[in-house]
Parts: sequence; structure tokens; C-alpha cells
Amino acid sequence: MSQPFRLPSGGRIDRKRPLSVSFNGKRLEGFAGDTVASMLLASGQHLAGRSFKYHRPRGILSHGSDEPSALLSVDWRADRGPGYRDPNNRASVVEARDSLVVKTQNHWPSLETDIGAVNDLLSPVFVAGFYYKTFMWPRTFWDKVYEPVIRRAAGLGEAPEVKDADRYSNRHAHCDVLVVGAGPAGLAAALAASADGEKRVILADEGLEPGGALLNDVTSKIDGKPAMDWVAESVSTLDARENVVILPRTTAFGYYNHNHVCMVEKVSDHRADAPEGLARERLWQVRAGEVVLATGSHERPLVFENNDRPGIMLAESVRAFVNRWAVLPGNEIVVATSSASAYQTALDAKNAGARVSIVDIRLEADCGPELQTAKDAGITVRSGHTVIRALGKKRVSGLVVAPIDPDGAIGEKQTLACDCVAMSGGWTPSVHLFSQSRGKLRFDVELDAFVPGTSAQAERSAGACRGIYDLAAVIADGLAAGRSATGATDTAAGSTPQATASFTGFQPVRVLPTDADASKVKAFVDFQNDVTAKDIRLAVREGFESIEHVKRYTTTGMATDQGKTSNMNALGLVAGILDRPLPAVGTTTFRPPYTPVSFGALIGPARDELFDPVRKTPIDGWAEKNGAVFEPVALWRRAKYFPQAGEDMHGAVARETKAVRNAVGIFDASTLGKIEVVGPDAAEFMNRIYTNAWLKLKVGGCRYGLMLREDGFVYDDGVVARLAEDRFHVTTTTGGAPRVLRHMEDYLQTEWPDLDVFLTSITEQWAVIALQGPKARKVLEPFVSGIDLSEEAFPHMTVQSGFVCGVPCRLFRVSFTGELGFEVNVPADYGEAVWKALYEEGGKHGITAYGTEAMHVLRAEVGYVVVGQETDGTVTPDDLGLSGLVSKVKADFVGKRSLARPDMVAEGRRQLVGLLTKNPDEVIDEGAQVVDDPHRPIPMRMIGHVTSSYASSNCGRSIAMALIEGGRGRIGETVHVTTPGGFTEAVISKAAFYEVKGETADA
Amino acid sequence: MLLIDCPYCGKRPEVEFHCGGEAHIARPETPAEIADADWGSFLYYRTNPKGVHAERWLHGHGCGRWFNALRDTVSDAFVATYEMGAPRPDVAPENAKA
Ligand SMILES: [Zn+2]
Repeated sequence: MSQPFRLPSGGRIDRKRPLSVSFNGKRLEGFAGDTVASMLLASGQHLAGRSFKYHRPRGILSHGSDEPSALLSVDWRADRGPGYRDPNNRASVVEARDSLVVKTQNHWPSLETDIGAVNDLLSPVFVAGFYYKTFMWPRTFWDKVYEPVIRRAAGLGEAPEVKDADRYSNRHAHCDVLVVGAGPAGLAAALAASADGEKRVILADEGLEPGGALLNDVTSKIDGKPAMDWVAESVSTLDARENVVILPRTTAFGYYNHNHVCMVEKVSDHRADAPEGLARERLWQVRAGEVVLATGSHERPLVFENNDRPGIMLAESVRAFVNRWAVLPGNEIVVATSSASAYQTALDAKNAGARVSIVDIRLEADCGPELQTAKDAGITVRSGHTVIRALGKKRVSGLVVAPIDPDGAIGEKQTLACDCVAMSGGWTPSVHLFSQSRGKLRFDVELDAFVPGTSAQAERSAGACRGIYDLAAVIADGLAAGRSATGATDTAAGSTPQATASFTGFQPVRVLPTDADASKVKAFVDFQNDVTAKDIRLAVREGFESIEHVKRYTTTGMATDQGKTSNMNALGLVAGILDRPLPAVGTTTFRPPYTPVSFGALIGPARDELFDPVRKTPIDGWAEKNGAVFEPVALWRRAKYFPQAGEDMHGAVARETKAVRNAVGIFDASTLGKIEVVGPDAAEFMNRIYTNAWLKLKVGGCRYGLMLREDGFVYDDGVVARLAEDRFHVTTTTGGAPRVLRHMEDYLQTEWPDLDVFLTSITEQWAVIALQGPKARKVLEPFVSGIDLSEEAFPHMTVQSGFVCGVPCRLFRVSFTGELGFEVNVPADYGEAVWKALYEEGGKHGITAYGTEAMHVLRAEVGYVVVGQETDGTVTPDDLGLSGLVSKVKADFVGKRSLARPDMVAEGRRQLVGLLTKNPDEVIDEGAQVVDDPHRPIPMRMIGHVTSSYASSNCGRSIAMALIEGGRGRIGETVHVTTPGGFTEAVISKAAFYEVKGETADA
Repeated sequence: MLLIDCPYCGKRPEVEFHCGGEAHIARPETPAEIADADWGSFLYYRTNPKGVHAERWLHGHGCGRWFNALRDTVSDAFVATYEMGAPRPDVAPENAKA
């Protein structure tokens, strides 16, 4: 494609740097400085996509980030292979560069011929709320039938198929003043705010160069010079100030509490020469002392029949394409407007060589100086006219217009041939960020717009985003805002530049007057979500009166453009139908992000292992080398079992559990939470926080501790060793370590600040190697120095300090299997070496490494509970059969009073029992429900649930634990347990299944 | 993201903190003497006001200390923060700015 619509001169493009991009496989030509939109228009291509619901042909509406229609799928680095497409990019903000591959969306088989366009004919079906009305029943049809069909028919681009290969970076910044928007107001604000050379100022703008609306302006003068000269001078002044950072291509998309503003900077998408590894985007999290919002305004489309035909554009956008990109969007342009500003478009387009006429909804008397200026330039102006409809399908070919008689009747129609329409319904201040900052909007009748009212944070708005449109006034407002952001009280100080008077003012029109049947025509309000004036009328007729409800029912304003161009037309239309003042209908709430933000930018480097770091024990490397299958436990990666050749989990666990009971097993228990409780009042503290008594525990003694919440329910458990009068080594469950420490700190700091105690997490400091089984002592003996391992000198539930393999060690004689057992605590860095030494020596005694699955089976065989498995936050010590661990003597401890509440001692609470299936090979599901009589009608009463269930090779059958109402009084009774296919029978037993032979844990 | 003014560290982002529910609910000195209903109130009943609320906060990813804060539940603004054990300050909600 060549560039027949490129003007011979002008524009902010670099004609010395030609480039091309691939558009639907065709070569599109342009220059550095172009966007894909300006290249398309230069080639004469307006058709740029198919609409969301009706698959109507759509063109390019705007020149900026508010574009709702021309959405493209972009492959930024096509050389990386297929699947990397990035959908829903607005053609108007995709900077052109070589080797860019773009495609249009939402059509099949092609953009020109789209089968889905049949939806346009079926549109009576697709009325407002059609999802709610049509697809109600049966429910199963939703995911099977309706949703796939709707997804295929209505939609935007397709998601990428492969993992995002780009890097994204993240940066925090602090400044005294953040200025959002580098148009005339923002530049002026930044100049004023940074003038003292001290205040740190960040100036961010979404465009590739500063200037804002002045980039489209070739006629305005500031202090007698072209406006862009003033922009260039301002930028160079700011550049020279060391206290100023200018960030182009940076969109402030979210305004959060305490002036926390999130911005995303495009770093490499626009660079054909981007070096390998350069981030694609950078997330800026700015904490600003003061914020100046200079975010400009959005032009409103006019609402008339077929106002969405390609070639129909916003007037300011036509002006931008002509002046900034040197592209004439058409040869025969009709400017349809109710706004003075569009006259400048007419003048500039005529100057550029187009044949131009103006259709103005306003009467001559309501116009300003723009009218005479246009007439003087020889432009035909049809004042007091309306647009009835647009002609043409894939490109506008004409506009049917008619005068509006004084009585409101439509006069004689006339067709104006054209290939481009520049429309303007006035302007809407961009108050998105202000609204996000939780500032209160105020409706200004004169401006027909919501403008910033009361601020909630340290910010102020300047320029068009608060309804100031005249250039000189905009600059003055920006300077004042910048000065006020520095804390200056005299914000009017200093001189303000003189500037050409702008054409301002407009007459609000919601839907253009027409004599066509309003219930038949498609006049679009929301282009991106395909919502018409008819849809909104229907919603109001059906009783939706609040704009928030109308939005949800019709989906107007709810597309990814957040209704930048459509909100005010929708609001005004609803207010008009209801005959209420516009603010009474409600304002819409703007939420982040201002424009779509990639997930990559939001998460930055926090992907994969950096998103969810794997916590590994000191022995993890050995486990990996020895074929462990791992499972995640809390944040840890733990060895679940160690399969040998040909073994499945069942086989491995059977072998590992047998080895522990018959010889010896070795187990990595390093993940156990560990807290050191130290201080003169340590024993008193332990006494208050645990249910057991601690004052009398001798130094060197261990005790199984049970911890409750204040409500009396079991919170955590673990073995606690008294290392000294004033020092306890507390262990917690693997997952419970952080919350137990927090729980302890909470009581220590807030309830008992008088206790002199320090709490220190030592989980990571100690590697813990458990040796369990009749031969545990034999394995350990050769390595121990300074500790007598004999039964008499080192009985069950004691602790000694000494050395293992010459490494300082806290040696616990404890068991979580019922067998003779030791837990060897050594400094973490020695964990793997000690493990290897023990494992090698253990070879003589048949040592077997076992994982968490075997550990669970072994403890269940002897009836030990796991907090979080047997308990769920509603289980008392007595429910678990552990009331022996609850001191009757202590006056108080956390949870004691609650244990005496009526419901806690009531009959019929669920109690922990064993369950033996009638079929010994059947392993029931953990979590399965238990009932008395499976023949009762559904819903039948559930009397409990299964908490643990395993195949036990040591018992030669399956075993299970369950919480069952009054369970301990029902030993021997048969109950029924749910299975995937129905029920199975099981007999209630004691919650312990295996008798340890030989030297037991507590021989 | 809110900045929360830890009485010990100064202003820090809210992700460093953890809310611990309503403040100034002292644990009874002698729970055994408390009637069931009163103990139930102590455990479970909270004021849940619309407006300024005294809360316990933990600077978990910072100094590790608990403190109290007055927060406006409507605007989410922190009105004041103060050390554990100090009396609730008398601050008007208008002083709040999120
Ligand atoms: Zn702190």
C-alpha cells in the first residue's frame, strides 16, 4: 500500500526515516513518528475492525488512548515465533516501527467479509439485557451451549497462546510534585513547580512526546510564536533542571491512597532495535507529596443513525491526523458539530486541501467568532441542522442532513456526499484519576460536565480536565496549579504568556433530532460495547433509572475504554428521558486502570519462582538426588516419598513405614516451626499460653504442648523442651510457625507487657533429622559425644545438648511414630553433612529414608493427631481425647475459660475415633461424610466426617480417623461413609491401630 | 496504598502491617469469675462502627510491634496511631486524610 492520503509536507513525522509494518499480511508504509492509525489513514484504509456484538465494520474514531473501535492484535517481536500476539491494542497509540506485525480482530474469515456480521441483522435479539433475558434456563446450558457460542460470536481479540517472553521491571519513586499530563497545563505546572531548582518534580505523559493537544495545533501562537515553539522551549527548560524527570510514554493509570500513583512506561515496544533483555514495560510506583492532574479532556461523538461507519471520526482527531501526522483522512469532509472547536478542524482540513463543509446543530445566534472565521474562509456552514443518518457501509459515503425548524420539526433532507465526517458533540474533562483519588465530582451546568469538586488527597487539577479550554487560560491555570503544589500561597504571581484565543463552547446534544423511527435505528453511544441509544431507552423503559444500573444492564461504558467517549452521552440520554437534572441520575465511578495495563507490568519480576519462592530444607539437595517425590507443605517443599525403581506411592509408603517399625527410618523434620522463649518469666509465659503446666518441668525435660485460641479451640501443638530455667525450645506445626509466633507476641505485648520474655524464631537456624525405629540408637551412637544415649540416662521426652559428628547439637528423645526415636537438631549449615553420615552408618542397620506420607501413616497408626487435619478451628482438646493435657490446676491460661462454656461441654460433640472399613482394602476419602443410615431421604443428617485415611501396611489394612458425634461412646458401632459412588460401611474403633513391639518410644 | 504511621518506625506502606481487630478490649484479669454471657461478649461481640474505629495493628514486616490506631471505616483514613497501653486519643474524624 502506498500513501495516497499523505500530505506533501508538514506533520511531526520524520520523512527521512521511512518504515513499514505488516497489516493483515499487507505492507503498510509510513514514517518514524507515525502510529498504525496514521499509516492506515495515509493509505486510505479506514476499515480497521469489526464491532464487539454486531460485527459492524468499524474505523478509527480517535487519535488517542480513548479509541474504542480500531483494536488490533499486535505481535511486537514476530521473529520470536507464533503465539505471542498481544490483543486489543488501540491502533491510535501503537507507534509504528519496522517489523511490527498487526492484525485486525473479531472477524471470520476476513476483515472485509465477516460471517459474524449476520448479528447486525439479528440485532433485535441482541437488545439491552439480552444475556439476562435469553439465557436464563437451564443452568447447565450456560457453560455447555450459551457461553461458547457467545464467546465465539461476540468478543475482542484472542489471548496469546504462549507464555509472555518479555521482561517487565518495577520501580519506586518519590517526588515533591507529580504532574500527570504534559499538555500546555501540565508543562506550565511542571515549570512553576520546579522553578526553585529544589522541588523534585516528575512529569509523566502517555504520549511519545510532550505537548498534548498542542501537537495537533498549527495555528495557535503563544507570546507571538507557534505554540509548539513554546512547548519545545518549556521542555528544554525542564530538561535542564536537575530536579525534573520527564517520562514520555508513561500512563498514570491508578491513583491510590496517600498520593500513591501507579504508572506504566512503555520501554521497548516502539523500538525496532530494542536490545535483547531490555524490559518491555516499567511499572512506576510514585509516592508524591503533591499531585497536579493535567489530564486533558475527551471529545464526545454525536449520536445519530450509523454514526459508527468507518470514515466518521472525532473532529479533533481529524485535525490531529492532518496537522500532526500530515494525513488527510478524506477528500470530502463534512464537519458535523455542536461545538466551536470543530471549526478549527474545518479550517485546517480545508487548508490541507480537502473540500469541507460544516453542519452545526447550533443556531447561528448561538455560535461565537468561529462562525464568521469559517465563512470568511469560504466554508459552507449549515447552522441549525441535524444529521439524520450516515450512508455507506464499510466507508461513509454521505451524510443525510436536514434543518431543524423553530418548532423542532425536521425540515427538508439533503444528502451531502463525503468520504469522511468529523464530528464533535463537545468535550468531557478527563476526571478519571481525580475520581480514583476519591475526590468528589461536581456537575457544572455551564460546562455540561462533571469537574473536580472537593479533593480527598493532596492534589489539584489544571486545564481541560477541569473544564478550562481556552489556551491562555489553560497555561495560566497550569502555572497556578504548579505554584500551589509547591505550597506557595500567592498562586497568581508571575507573568502568564499571551496566547491566541481558542474556539470554545458547545451545545450539549444527547441524540441528534431525527424523524426516523427511533426504535429501529442504530445510533451508537458506546462504540466498543456496541450499545445504541435504543438500548439505553429500553433500559430506562424497563425501570433502570440509576446510571449504575443502566450501565450494568446495557454494558454502556463498561468496555476497556471505560466509556471515555460515551459516558456523558449515556448519562445525558438517561437524564433526558427521565426529565431529571443530569447529576440526579448519578455519576459513574472511575476505577483503575485508566487504560488497560498488561499483567506483566503489574507483576514485574514476580513470576515463577520469584512469585512463589520454593522454601527448601538443608537436606533438600540430598532428597532430590535420591529420587524424592516432593509436595508443597505451607511454603516448603518437602519430600513426600522416595520411590525405588518400579514403585508407585503406595508401594514406597508401604516399604518406608515397615522399615521404621522393623529397623530404622530417617526423616527430614527441618520444616518444624521452632521458637525460642527466653527470659526470667519464660516459664510463667509458657504456663499462660499453653494448656499444660510448665513451672515444674525440669531442665532437660520435654513436654507435648497444646495451644488454644482464647475461644478454647485447638490452635497448634508441638514438643517443647526446657533447655534452661529461663529458656524453652518450642516446636510448632510446619504451617503454624508464623501464626504461633504472632499469637505469642500478641499476648506478650498487649496483655502481659509485665512479663520479661523474648521470642525468637529459630525455624531456619536448625536442621532437624528424625531417626525413628528400634535401631535408631544404634545408628546414632557412633557419632555422639558428650551424651549418654542409654535409656536410663536419656529417657523418652528429654533433651540434651552435646555434639553429633563434632557439630553442636540439641538432641531430643521424642517420637512421632510410637517407636524409639531421636530428633537431631544441628545448625542448618551442617544438616546435610550430618544426614549423610547418619544415612551411611544406617546402611548397616537397614536404614530407610521416609517422606511426609509415611510420616502421616506412622503417626496415624498410633493415633497421634495433626493440627489442621484432625482439627479445623472448631475442635476442643476433649474432642481429640486430649483433656489429659489440659491442666485442671492452673487458674488461667489462654482458652481455659472458654472450655467451660455450655456448648463446649455439651453432650454429643464430635469426638475423634478410628474407623475401620468392613472391606480392609478399602481406603475411604479424607473429608468424606459419615451418616447413621444411608437410606434416609436426602438431605440426610451428617454425624461426622473423616479426618485422616490411609492404607497401613503395618496394620495390614486401611485405617482412618474421624470426628463423630459422641464417637467415644459408640466404639464397635457401624456407620456409613460416603464414597464417590455411594456409601461404604465402617466400624467405629479407638483412634489408635498399632501396638508398638520391642522398645517403644516410652519404654 | 495507605501509609500507616507506626509509632515506633514512622510511615510505612500498609502491606507491612496486619490488622488485629478492635482495640481496648482488655482480657479479664480473672476469667473464671466472668459469667458465660459476658465471656461470650468478650470473645465475639465487637462494635463495628461506621466512622472512627480503634483497632490493633501489628507492624509485622517491620519492628514487629503491636500498636493501636484510630481508623475511619468510611474513608479508610488513619486518624491517629498510638502505643499499646496509651489511652485512646480524642481526635476529630475531620482530621483524616487518606
Ligand atoms: Zn514499626
